[in-house]
Amino acid sequence: MRGATHAKWVACAAAAALAATACGGDSGGGSDSGAVLSSSWGDPQNPLEPANTNEVQGGKVLDMIFRGLKRYDPETGEASDMLAEKIETSDSQNFTITIKDGWTFSNGEKVTAKSFVDAWNYGASLKNNQKNAYFFGYIEGYDKTHPEDGSKQSADTLSGLKVVDDRTFTVKLSQKFSTFPDTLGYPAYAPLPQAFFDDHAAWLSKPVGNGPYTIDSYTKGSQMSLRAWDAYPGADKAQNGGVDLKVYTDNNTAYTDLMAGNLDLVDDVPASQLKNVKADLGDRYLNTPAGIIQTLAFPFYDKNWNKPGMEKVRTGLSRAIDRDQITNTIFQKTRTPATDWTSPVLGEDGGFKEGPCGDACEYDAAEAKKLIEEGGGLPGGQVKITYNADTGSHKQWVDAVCNSINNALGNDRACVGNPVGTFADFRSQITDLKMSGPFRAGWQMDYPLIQNFLQPLYYTNASSNDGKWSNKDFDKLVDQANAETDTTKAVGLFQDAEEVVRDNMAAIPLWYQNGSAGFSERLSDVKLNPFSVPVYNEIKVS
Amino acid sequence: MGRYVARRLLQMIPVFIGATLLIFLMVNVMGDPIAGLCGDRQCDPATAAQLRKEFGLDKPVVQQYLTYMGNVFTGDFGTAFNGQPVTELMSSAFPVTIRLTIVAILFEIVIGITLGVVTGLRRGRPIDTSVLLITLVVISVPTFVTGLLLQLLLGVEWGWIKPSVSTDATFDELIVPGLVLASVSLAYVTRLTRTSIAENKTSDYVRTAIAKGLPRRRVITKHLLRNSLIPVVTFIGTDIGALMGGAIVTERIFNIHGVGYQLYQGILRQNTQTVVGFVTVLVLVFLVANLLVDLLYAVLDPRIRYA
Repeated sequence: MRGATHAKWVACAAAAALAATACGGDSGGGSDSGAVLSSSWGDPQNPLEPANTNEVQGGKVLDMIFRGLKRYDPETGEASDMLAEKIETSDSQNFTITIKDGWTFSNGEKVTAKSFVDAWNYGASLKNNQKNAYFFGYIEGYDKTHPEDGSKQSADTLSGLKVVDDRTFTVKLSQKFSTFPDTLGYPAYAPLPQAFFDDHAAWLSKPVGNGPYTIDSYTKGSQMSLRAWDAYPGADKAQNGGVDLKVYTDNNTAYTDLMAGNLDLVDDVPASQLKNVKADLGDRYLNTPAGIIQTLAFPFYDKNWNKPGMEKVRTGLSRAIDRDQITNTIFQKTRTPATDWTSPVLGEDGGFKEGPCGDACEYDAAEAKKLIEEGGGLPGGQVKITYNADTGSHKQWVDAVCNSINNALGNDRACVGNPVGTFADFRSQITDLKMSGPFRAGWQMDYPLIQNFLQPLYYTNASSNDGKWSNKDFDKLVDQANAETDTTKAVGLFQDAEEVVRDNMAAIPLWYQNGSAGFSERLSDVKLNPFSVPVYNEIKVS
Repeated sequence: MGRYVARRLLQMIPVFIGATLLIFLMVNVMGDPIAGLCGDRQCDPATAAQLRKEFGLDKPVVQQYLTYMGNVFTGDFGTAFNGQPVTELMSSAFPVTIRLTIVAILFEIVIGITLGVVTGLRRGRPIDTSVLLITLVVISVPTFVTGLLLQLLLGVEWGWIKPSVSTDATFDELIVPGLVLASVSLAYVTRLTRTSIAENKTSDYVRTAIAKGLPRRRVITKHLLRNSLIPVVTFIGTDIGALMGGAIVTERIFNIHGVGYQLYQGILRQNTQTVVGFVTVLVLVFLVANLLVDLLYAVLDPRIRYA
């Protein structure tokens, strides 16, 4: 069976190469539904398990081989039902989830309520070391399967999960969380087949899911070949024969390969090529907003940064940064100056508003100087912006931000960059609360909800509240929003909470990041979703 | 001879232990690797503690080192963060880099020594001056410039080669990367051979050989070259280790998934097991190559004896 499909694929590819004929029948417009495209990839950092994958490269694959209860619209980011037939609640705390009939994994196993419950229990259990375990933190019983202090877990399964029948299960949360159903599109909530539990090692070497693609072969560290799964029951079937993900260590090489016709798609145009990418690729260059915002966070555990009046200093610093100029010159317009603390990909309904930051995000040297003086001046007369120098082009923009601050304040020593050698060291200094001044912070959303841009970052002791900011009003508004059953009202309350963040300038918003991609002439219908990952199943190959 | 080899092998032990200990300490100084595992957010403390325990990072460095070395002697190099055993990474990376090194060494030997002999015999002539100039340029231009330039010209502009090397990394794909990797050493080999040849050309034994009426070809290959090659062989021998470990730049440019690539990933992700494992093997390669070079001396010059 497998051999046969494979042979057919080879024949199609050969035919396409020889005569550029369409293969596979039902394709229109000269596209070839049997043809395979190649795409750049990075080596995933962690083993490929839904609840263990927290970076883009592994997430890319999960998005191709898994479908969850919900799916985020590639264009609008809106969560809509995928495997879920209905998700019902009357109190925002107890949910009854019914899944659709007729879904199977690519190995033939049926997707049942148990597939979800088992997968979530596995993800939440401390002994399995899953890095996304905290996603199950809202479900009742999490503290037993995943004790926060690292002591021995007293349960292997979440008490809040119950299988009712083959297609129904119930979820009891430990607190009210009105937007919980909309978080279920995140890959960590994907269902897992029994094969995953029976032979874990075999599954890891060749993961099996229920998405539009299956993994044909996987050579760790160099290539993964995904093929369209003919029997895929969903509506979003793959429009191409498959995708070969090739690992590149350097996105410059990937770009060179694209130029030489050796690769079809790069989803990360290197910064050094941004100047010529328009001339090189024309319409085949994508630069679209993604759910990523860059900010400067502050160490609120440091007395100097937490005394009265410092909110004026922080606002002053924000006003001393010329965002327009930096995004134009350093990022070649692949960043958009931020006007709030969320992202435009949320859309109006999702809670994005143009400009809540207002004046505070606008460059005004005189005003900046005045505000900082009123607030008591910079602690120690100087700010040091800490960043990691190993990846990204952080040095460039940090230097530019400092330059802008120095110019505005008319003081060469007002701001300096403070590079840290490796990302791991940077992270451990943050975790150990060793920051003495502002530091680089980036947030890539997990799901397109305003809640995800605020709660994990600014709620007291939240998982990513690296600056340890704490504010009662903010916490209260978030709690109210989560308890609100009406989504529009919930969003409104979150927006009120965002205003608290603004009034205190808990973090300086810098810019929204765009996703970038370039592709060859063979491809059409290439899009980036709000997570800046290509929507592979919609790509057509000619 | 046997005693000499035994003594050299024994000397390797402290070098080996010292080198691995240094690398172990250096990687550890860089900070807590688990902190970088969860991306731009904090790992939840319980999972982080669990991972630390799994990788043995909760123990003192000395104890980690001892456990590690104990495991290494049983052939267990530990596990990388993505769940792959380091030995698996090695078995995929080393063959590729060895092929690349072979290509590079062949370039050094064939082109380097030939050019060296030609220029050494024709010292001061136009060909000598031009080769000297070229080698000067090659030495002064960094490898990544040569690499990117060749990649752009041959790969994109003229389309003679593919700009990146495939997973298989066959010999023919490695010709250009091998040349780039060899370029600087190649220039040194040329200059070293040239000086050595020019120096020995006027020596007594060469004059004797010529006076005996031996054909020129025989004088050059049997008498002149054999003696002149001793410094060159030393250089090439030590270069084997340097090429394997120093291929990071070349491998990155041409996307070759060899030792340099794994080391780069290991350092970036602060994966002690990967970095120490690969460096350990590289240290061994270095030591063995040096031993072989020393033993080769006797073949080239029978006056050299080992006690």
